[in-house]
Amino acid sequence: MIKIQGFIREFRFVVWVLLLAACSNDEPTSVLDDETYQPTPVELNIPAFFKSSIIDPVIPISNPLTEEGIVLGKKLFFDPVLSVDHSISCADCHMPHSAFTDTNVLSEGVNGALGSRNAMPLFNLAWNFDELFFWDGSASSLENQVFHPVPDSSEMANTWEKVVSDLESDSEYPDLFFAAFAEEGIDSLKVAKAIAQFERTLISGSSKFDKYLANEVELTDEEQNGLAVFLDETRGDCFHCHGNPNNPLWTDNIFHNNGLDSSFADLGLGKITGDPADNGKFKTPSLRNLAFTAPYMHDGRFSTLEEVIDHYSEGLQNSATIDPLMKKVADGGVRLTDKDKANLKAFLLTLSDEDFVNDPSFR
Amino acid sequence: MLYKIVSKLFLWIGAVCIVVISGCSTDQEIDRNPETTSLKLRFSHSWDAQQVSKDDFNSLKYTNAHQEEMSIELLRYLISNVSLENEEGEVITIEDYHLIDLQDDSSLMYRSADSIPIGTYKNLRFTFGFDNDDNRSGVYADLNTALWNVPEMMGGGYHYMQLEGKFLDSTQTETGYQFHAIRAVDNSSDNPVFEDTFFKVSLGRVTIDKSSELQIDMNIAEWFKNPNEWNLNDLHSMLMPNFDAQVMMYENGKDVFKLKSD
Repeated sequence: MIKIQGFIREFRFVVWVLLLAACSNDEPTSVLDDETYQPTPVELNIPAFFKSSIIDPVIPISNPLTEEGIVLGKKLFFDPVLSVDHSISCADCHMPHSAFTDTNVLSEGVNGALGSRNAMPLFNLAWNFDELFFWDGSASSLENQVFHPVPDSSEMANTWEKVVSDLESDSEYPDLFFAAFAEEGIDSLKVAKAIAQFERTLISGSSKFDKYLANEVELTDEEQNGLAVFLDETRGDCFHCHGNPNNPLWTDNIFHNNGLDSSFADLGLGKITGDPADNGKFKTPSLRNLAFTAPYMHDGRFSTLEEVIDHYSEGLQNSATIDPLMKKVADGGVRLTDKDKANLKAFLLTLSDEDFVNDPSFR
Repeated sequence: MLYKIVSKLFLWIGAVCIVVISGCSTDQEIDRNPETTSLKLRFSHSWDAQQVSKDDFNSLKYTNAHQEEMSIELLRYLISNVSLENEEGEVITIEDYHLIDLQDDSSLMYRSADSIPIGTYKNLRFTFGFDNDDNRSGVYADLNTALWNVPEMMGGGYHYMQLEGKFLDSTQTETGYQFHAIRAVDNSSDNPVFEDTFFKVSLGRVTIDKSSELQIDMNIAEWFKNPNEWNLNDLHSMLMPNFDAQVMMYENGKDVFKLKSD
């Protein structure tokens, strides 16, 4: 009888211990202890005009946006840990106050080597529906894009093995990766996914022209005439590639030969596709934020907007692949008047977005 | 006894009514729900007898009626409001639009969201472009995304077609052309004058069954042939604001589409 009572006491003790252990599992001290943990889904903060005027952005099912993923991606974007000597981050060539490009013709990598093309600005990337990134379309998604600069000898010159090793030995990153992806371990794909999530949040939709469309501000007469030059097929005819007031992207995200050269030192899209008909074609850049993104063109050859407008007005060079939309090529272009050129520049600058480049959540 | 007879009578009347009503109901359901299918239209393209696909782009391999050698680099066009007229003269109109882009293979097939009764129809029609009711500026997000808009200064709304490429001009120089079709507008005075340039394409008798897809062919050469022999040396650029050029495209477009039997 005594043995039975003793067994019952021991059994009660074991049950209490098990219950306490179970209770402690219900109240984890960190997400690492919670087997049911999932990152917090978030929706892009899309401007109303984007929602009403164009189709939904591209958010891959394999990389949904989460609070924790965006936080991690932002930290990685600004952290020099991705470069071989921890000297430069993504943000060194993609600076917030320059609409996420830099002011150099060609950007400098960790070893002082120069890249071969002008750094592209980063905004509204989730609306690149064909998901072809870079001037030549060589990256097939925003996630894949991240795999280019890390090992590129003229950029971060690193290896993914070292990147992962450095991140794993960091005091913060292992927890941040778990928080973002709800599983242990760090790898290059998670790095790419997190950075892509952050980049998708870089939305520029608050320029003077956006406010004009929302009836919040007026355009000057010069800006109005500049818009007319932009939309006039007999003058600027910029709209066939760069869009119109019904589309807030100001690019077709397609590849064109815009008559920069009569022969090509850089084949652009043609080197990627292998099709000679694509030689000399480069992606149409958005006209948003031109106030912050000089120099211009894939090789940064034009340092001012005046030079860009002069090119289209009287500097066109003929070649086999020049776009049919380039008009009066034999005359160098449509030869805008000085007034139209100045007004066109005034209009283009209304597409620049001070709120975007000063947004504290992007710093 | 009388009570029993009256009760039986009511039971018989009730039973007959149920049979009649259910019979009527069955007949009406058959009428209302004939076998249906989505309409499938496949768009193909030719230059007279030659088939044209995106693989034929960027080469001066075509000669137009005016004997100008020319290439194609881009061909996109809009169709809308496909309709079917049955033998009784009733018309089913599918309120929809579709942008065909030769660079995008998936766009070459149009599959209606609405289902239509299978059977034979005496005419299949569609609108090339948008009629004026549908041609409203900025209201179609997918077309805005495709930069298909026409600026307000040229009347607004949307393009009907963008055909672009190069031709050998009279100096034997490869020169770009932009054969863009929109609603014709004359902006030379303060009061713009418009002329409708969308048109109805009638393709004739068709049979729709669950497995069939109808093939509609655009003969691109026709745009440059009849009734207006197109001279690209004179008309190759800045055609959107050119009222007369838009009317000529409209006139030439009438014979462009044909139903193919194979």
